[in-house]
Amino acid sequence: MPALPLGEAGKYVAAAYLVVFTLVIVYVAIMAAKLQRIERELETLNDLADKRTQ
Amino acid sequence: MYGKGLRTLSIASAASLGTALGLVFFYAPLDADQGFIQKIFYIHVPLAIVTLFGFIAGGLMAIKYLRSGDRSWDMRSYVAIHLSIVLAVAVLITGAIWAKASWGHWWVWDEPTLVSFLIIFLLYCCYQPLRFSIEDPERQARYAAVFAIIAGAFVPLNFIAVRLAQAFSHPRVLSTTGGDMPGSMRLTFLVSVLAIALLYVTLWKLELTSKNASYQLKRLRQRLELEAEERQTRGGAPAPPVSTVPASPRET
Repeated sequence: MPALPLGEAGKYVAAAYLVVFTLVIVYVAIMAAKLQRIERELETLNDLADKRTQ
Repeated sequence: MYGKGLRTLSIASAASLGTALGLVFFYAPLDADQGFIQKIFYIHVPLAIVTLFGFIAGGLMAIKYLRSGDRSWDMRSYVAIHLSIVLAVAVLITGAIWAKASWGHWWVWDEPTLVSFLIIFLLYCCYQPLRFSIEDPERQARYAAVFAIIAGAFVPLNFIAVRLAQAFSHPRVLSTTGGDMPGSMRLTFLVSVLAIALLYVTLWKLELTSKNASYQLKRLRQRLELEAEERQTRGGAPAPPVSTVPASPRET
């Protein structure tokens, strides 16, 4: 097949890079959500431990 | 313990990814045959290489687990394979986009490289269902390790088999003779491989840190529950039960 014109090739290249970028962002976002949940639970357990020592 | 060096790794991977993108779009020349569409090569091939090495690393970590019995190696192996599966999805999608642009088809069944990668991907898709179908944690880790080792050994075998086959259309970019890339393209490609490898290690460490934090939290919760039970049996004032800890402060 002959090389695609820049305008058309650009769409494919942008799509390929966007797919990878989106996957990485989604992965990091899921990790961040998990970390937030851990932080919340840790705070609650900390409060609970404080109440017990009082 | 897993989070050590995470900040440095994150900065290094962000910097190398930025450098790689700069080289891809402003330094590497346009391919004489494929033109601008060849830029997909700099993301697709490094991703594929790192994914396959990730699968092999998962197998090696599984060997380490079986030899030592240390559960942390099982966790490392699990995260490496899990992350490689995610990257394999990106490899398949970017490959399909490149195939459509340069061959006119989203998928070509008579191309050994594509089909062999799909076989490896489908093989590893069985890893998680197998792992989580076993309830006993010890058996789960052992069976998953055996799977990871066998599948990990299959990856280089598959790669060699494809190399031996006479591929007619898939380009060979790495060979003992140095391939056909000019110096500027080669440099861009190597920086891209380094950037993706660093990204992989960063995400691997990030997930390991998160899983370890979850595990430590679970242990802390269990300890507090045990202490609460001991207090009650000693006849003291009953402590607030840990099981009532809300998942979210908004629920209070």
